[in-house]
Amino acid sequence: MDIHEYQAKEILHRFGVAIPDGALAYSPEQAAYRAREMGGSRWIVKAQVHAGGRGKAGGVKICSSEHEIQDATNDMFGRRLVTHQTGEEGKGIYRIYVEAAVPFEREIYLGFVLDRSSQRVMIVASSEGGMEIEEISATRPESIVRSTVEPAVGLQEFQAREIAFALNIPTDMIQQMVRTLQGCYRAFTELDATMVEINPLVITADRRILALDAKMTFDTNALFRHPAIAELRDKSQEDPRESRAADRGLSYIGLSGNIGCIVNGAGLAMATMDTIKLAGGEPANFLDIGGGATPERVAKAFRLVNSDENVQAILVNIFAGINRCDWVAEGVVQALQANPVDVPVVVRLAGTNVEEGLKILAKSGLPIIRATSLMEAAERAVAAWKNDQTQNTRMRIVK
Amino acid sequence: MSIFLDRNTPVIIQGITGRMAQFHAKEMLDYGTNLVGGVVPGKAGETVHGVPVFDTVKQAVEATGAEASLVFVPPPFAADSIMEAADGGIRYCVCITDGIPAQDMIRVKRYMMRYPKERRMVLTGPNCAGTISPGKSLVGIMPGHIYLPGHVGIVGRSGTLGYEAAQQLKDRGIGVSTSVGIGGDPINGSSFRDILEQFEKDPDTHIVCLIGEIGGPQEAEAAAWIQENMTKPVVAYIAGLTAPKGRTMGHAGAIISAFGESASEKVEILSAAGVTVAENPSVIGETIARVLNAA
Repeated sequence: MDIHEYQAKEILHRFGVAIPDGALAYSPEQAAYRAREMGGSRWIVKAQVHAGGRGKAGGVKICSSEHEIQDATNDMFGRRLVTHQTGEEGKGIYRIYVEAAVPFEREIYLGFVLDRSSQRVMIVASSEGGMEIEEISATRPESIVRSTVEPAVGLQEFQAREIAFALNIPTDMIQQMVRTLQGCYRAFTELDATMVEINPLVITADRRILALDAKMTFDTNALFRHPAIAELRDKSQEDPRESRAADRGLSYIGLSGNIGCIVNGAGLAMATMDTIKLAGGEPANFLDIGGGATPERVAKAFRLVNSDENVQAILVNIFAGINRCDWVAEGVVQALQANPVDVPVVVRLAGTNVEEGLKILAKSGLPIIRATSLMEAAERAVAAWKNDQTQNTRMRIVK
Repeated sequence: MSIFLDRNTPVIIQGITGRMAQFHAKEMLDYGTNLVGGVVPGKAGETVHGVPVFDTVKQAVEATGAEASLVFVPPPFAADSIMEAADGGIRYCVCITDGIPAQDMIRVKRYMMRYPKERRMVLTGPNCAGTISPGKSLVGIMPGHIYLPGHVGIVGRSGTLGYEAAQQLKDRGIGVSTSVGIGGDPINGSSFRDILEQFEKDPDTHIVCLIGEIGGPQEAEAAAWIQENMTKPVVAYIAGLTAPKGRTMGHAGAIISAFGESASEKVEILSAAGVTVAENPSVIGETIARVLNAA
């Protein structure tokens, strides 16, 4: 789960990481007022959206007067910010963070991630802050310092010092850097983060180490023990279909194709999407309804997939193991009777009692297109969609 | 032979009194698994399908000689249960639980390292369908009847995609020595490479089917190991060619966040290591049959 920059800064500040003065605004007037409260002569207004690349997309502006702040934020509020990470639909700007501009001399990149090779927390740092880490590893890989943390004892001071020296932090500021690193590590582990990124971390003209930006991502599996973090979820930053699905216990990701998928199991769901592509179609979504494929979940899935206007055919692919195909087929029939869909539906069942399952689908009288292998299902879904497009008729063939 | 589980391996279930655990305990007993007990703190003295329940893993091991354990405990308590198994003398542990916090798994992995290698527990999962040595023992939630006994070793992250492979093999009359689910989480007990090492040593396994997906370095690590060490043929399928970058595809670990983690890169890396990669999931069985015939 992602949170906003200002929230990440508040959290990291509690763990000893220094940040510039700043305050949140929900309107241009409030933004100007925040600047006046803070004092100073230069401020940065920053759109709070869950995506990187805000600066280049016009979501970060430097202002020298309250008037400028009002103008700049007036342009931002309510707009959708499109960055290279958001997709073309962008993310809505409903909150703006106003921060005192700080003159700085150096920019550093600092990241904490779950490293899947060592199965530990890894610190990734570079003296080339300001660029994205992908760009740093492409252009200045030798500047990157990596260090993994022994989970039993946590981040030791010597390790933090090693990183600080490797980044050429001035000797009189090493202790500040150690405090920053240890604060981030403690925030990461105590709050079950999966990522903490400060880019840039700067050395100011007055010899302070400050986090100018901050990003934190949290482990959704651990939110049960961090209710205060769970409350930071901002649905305005999520795809509404994905939020709805998540609230109903379904794992859904919207894509740009037009063949909707309903599958049990994440691996099989990805394999189904891939097969649709191989058959010449484009998947409209990823959807895992869970291994068991209960009738309730099948019904929810139909409602969800059908609510996507781009969907022009639906492929249901269920491997029924413990829950037999006949039982799953009953669920599919009930779901379709209760929630009629107006696009061709292809159903492929595999596993236990396939024959009985297919019989139930046939007897239902519903225009369900059946298939035995996944490849066949994908081909039929693509054919049904194409047929539907060219002849503008619904495919009613039940083989 | 087979790996991890044999006909006589004594098995316990941690969390056996839960609704799902009771259901799968029955399935396991019906399959012929040597299920000897269960562990639920505070429920010692009860029985589930005639199998005795104990308060602690140590008591269960002492009373039954259990060697393997199936963890069916809710996510907040699952890490604790795995560590209890590691400390209680369990040799092989399968964790089904989906949703264990990643930091808990980091602690579990670190904790397991405190035991010398010869008595260090092997963990597979979490967030997996379990392990089956067909005709011998089933420790997990998979439908046992889709697996024929035979000589193909299966290792995969996904449950239902693994079933798909087993069913395709069965349809061709091809059997399985052992099928191991390593689970869809970013931090897991055993990697593809760990399981490949076991299959390489197992005389009953003649070929290995590796079912991977986007995210993480384990397929690439497996490829490097295969190239250097594996004498048996490996057939692979990688799911997620159409998965967008940076999105978590159902499994907590199925996310492309670094170079080499996309499906196309993994396919390339595995192919370069001499692995035969099935182009689509419908031809996994066919590809294995072809490689077996050529061998």
